[in-house]
Amino acid sequence: MRRHVLATAALIPTLFWTAPAPAEPLIYGLQVEQAERRFDDGSDLYAWDFDALVGTDELKLIWRSEAEYLTEGSRFEKLENQLRLQTPISTFFDAVVGVRLDTPRGEDRAYGVIGVKGLAPQWFELDADLYVGETSFVRIEAEYEGLITNRITLTPSLELDTPLGDDADLGVGAFAPILEVGARLSYDLLDRAVAPYIGVHYERRFGETADLTRAEGEQRDNLFFVVGTKMLF
Amino acid sequence: MTATSFARACALAAAFTVSSVTAASAGDYSITVDRVALETGDFAKTAIGYNGSSTPTILRFKEGEEVTIAVTNNLAEDTSIHWHGLILPYRQDGVPGISFDGIKPGETFTYRFPIVQSGTYWFHSHTGFQEPDGAYGAIVIEPQGREPFRFDRDYVVQLTDAHPHSGERIMRNLKLMPDYYNRQQRTFLDFLNDSRDQGLSAALADRSAWGEMRMMPTDVEDLQGFTPLINGQDPAQNWTGLFEPGERVRLRFINSSAMTYFDIRIPGLQMTVVQADGNNVQPVTVDELRIAVAETYDVIVRPTEDRAYTVFAESMGRTAFARGTLAPRSGMEAEVPDLREPPLLTMADMGMAHGEHGSMDHGSSGPRAPQPTHTMADGTMMQGMNHGTMDHGAMGHGAMPMAGTDPFYAPGSGLTPQAADGGKFLSYADLKAQKPLYEHRDATREIELRLTGNMERYIWSINDVKYSDAEPIRLQYGERVRFKFVNETMMTHPMHLHGMWSILDVGQGKWNPVKHVVSVAPGTTLYMETEVDAPGEWAFHCHLSYHMDSGMFRKVIVEGGPAGKSADLPAVPQQTTGG
Repeated sequence: MRRHVLATAALIPTLFWTAPAPAEPLIYGLQVEQAERRFDDGSDLYAWDFDALVGTDELKLIWRSEAEYLTEGSRFEKLENQLRLQTPISTFFDAVVGVRLDTPRGEDRAYGVIGVKGLAPQWFELDADLYVGETSFVRIEAEYEGLITNRITLTPSLELDTPLGDDADLGVGAFAPILEVGARLSYDLLDRAVAPYIGVHYERRFGETADLTRAEGEQRDNLFFVVGTKMLF
Repeated sequence: MTATSFARACALAAAFTVSSVTAASAGDYSITVDRVALETGDFAKTAIGYNGSSTPTILRFKEGEEVTIAVTNNLAEDTSIHWHGLILPYRQDGVPGISFDGIKPGETFTYRFPIVQSGTYWFHSHTGFQEPDGAYGAIVIEPQGREPFRFDRDYVVQLTDAHPHSGERIMRNLKLMPDYYNRQQRTFLDFLNDSRDQGLSAALADRSAWGEMRMMPTDVEDLQGFTPLINGQDPAQNWTGLFEPGERVRLRFINSSAMTYFDIRIPGLQMTVVQADGNNVQPVTVDELRIAVAETYDVIVRPTEDRAYTVFAESMGRTAFARGTLAPRSGMEAEVPDLREPPLLTMADMGMAHGEHGSMDHGSSGPRAPQPTHTMADGTMMQGMNHGTMDHGAMGHGAMPMAGTDPFYAPGSGLTPQAADGGKFLSYADLKAQKPLYEHRDATREIELRLTGNMERYIWSINDVKYSDAEPIRLQYGERVRFKFVNETMMTHPMHLHGMWSILDVGQGKWNPVKHVVSVAPGTTLYMETEVDAPGEWAFHCHLSYHMDSGMFRKVIVEGGPAGKSADLPAVPQQTTGG
């Protein structure tokens, strides 16, 4: 009997102390891929592209913002904000769902987003998203961080935005993509937190999209010299 | 329970009783946990320290005494102290969420337990990232009997990797960008050099192979940018231990780093290793040794010349070094060597040699393997060990270079240590227990633990499951469990089981060394056995802070056993001996 009581006594702390160990810390941060001024012959502009994220290994909420702000006329050429949920689907890739709201000018445009994001073999960072809206788009982004030294990085990037339909308001034609290609040479000034860069940024419109752009009196392609900084907090 | 284990349990219970009876002395100790200023030559920050100092506190216990340690938390957050390597009732083990619920700000928590062992150990917070932030100290336990070796001087040499960033920030940075702290990555300039040396196609094929895996051969230290300290002092401050020429000096190396392995040597002196993880080993004289995170090694050196000697501890990734000095008079210095070339991981470290390894698990997979089993990856080490069951011919290691071989690294590993001047480098294979703690017997079962992870996500796990998603490992009191660690990652993991000893299988049977941390190199399989003799709930984890906190962790529950041992409530310490 006494032995039984003792055994029970031994169980009590076992039951009592089964509270889970502290949860893993929350992951959060701000990753600014581009915060730059783009210099052209005529129209200079400011541009940014950042992800603010919060979450866990299993699920992250990301606010992704991309913008181009024209100094001439002080207006946004492009202002996209997305709320994205991201969850791992394989060793190196995540699935993404979310919403996107474009509010540059004219009528706001809203899209639903599904996509994948991850690291492809040979260290290519990939984003492939389908934006479903009044006119839908497929956007593919690729980026490569090429280390010249352990502090100087050359980052070539490519973005191909393909409309799946005609949209006169947006000035795009079905399957006539907009291509952006860049190369930015950065220097890690403060850890990885601040890395200023210089580089080039090239945009080109194809097919009907190019025609519509020209009809508005703009060029179908632009080459910019860029100065900016990457940031990670 | 088998007859043997029952007899052993009785003997243990008797030992407990005897030790507490003879422990007429009861030691009272107190520790405060404080915010302290840490200044190194490279940075200054607010850190955590014990007793108001960034110099680690040394607790000196006597084997057989009953210690009472009052820990006062002067932080604005919870804290805890884990007595690393001490055998004690599980409620005294100091792991929040497993052994107790932590120490609240302003609270004084009193630990009380008998000291049933001797040797060099350490203590640290098991809460959050307080240990990397400085919450660590040393424990030296004087044995009841005589030490089996002689020494005239006795110094604790406690290493750490102090970092300018807080642990919380480091963890977050690693999650955001796993190579945040890796400043030794291969660059385009390295590629040009390799193309010149090896030819363009070889260099391209190499880059392509690593790129295909999305892994980095430079990923030896996840965390760089730290300043190594010895007893709280940076290389310029130069911790110094004094000696008279001809004296025997005992150095108690303790690696309290968050993430950093050190290769330690004292140019001009050979070190005789006499103790590993608090347990005496048969003396082995070496020129250099690698100390995994959380391990301890006691060595004896005998400087005969009237001059200074540098204690030089290079990080395994060769990004930094700790430096101290042994000298006849203070203020003396000896030459400080240069850091050696950083290692590069090889395909062997990536586990590409796993198939080959499989053939090495000589009959060990069975739960009742009758013959001695071996972790050896290198057949040459086994010669003269009288293991008739081994098939040496099956081990195709003829092409292996003899320099820098160590059976505890994958054949061809880039991490295999080599002594700086071609001397003897300590291997686990050299460790033999001085006096086995347990009667040798076959394991009652085997538990396979694959060490797994995803570097790109900075998630570390066991059997592909991280702690938050894992069931506890359940052990039965009285069994002897054989743990099989299969390291499927490219990192080295120092695995630490709380509360019970880790008997590292080095192929020496009853002389296998008894440790509290076993380091598992990439691409290798390693075995340890544990006599399950401590009821309660225990932590079991990789001791790299940021691996542990990102999931390479398990709770171990020992079921059954004498009730009195596990029910050692702080309020009623008498129950310790009441079993």
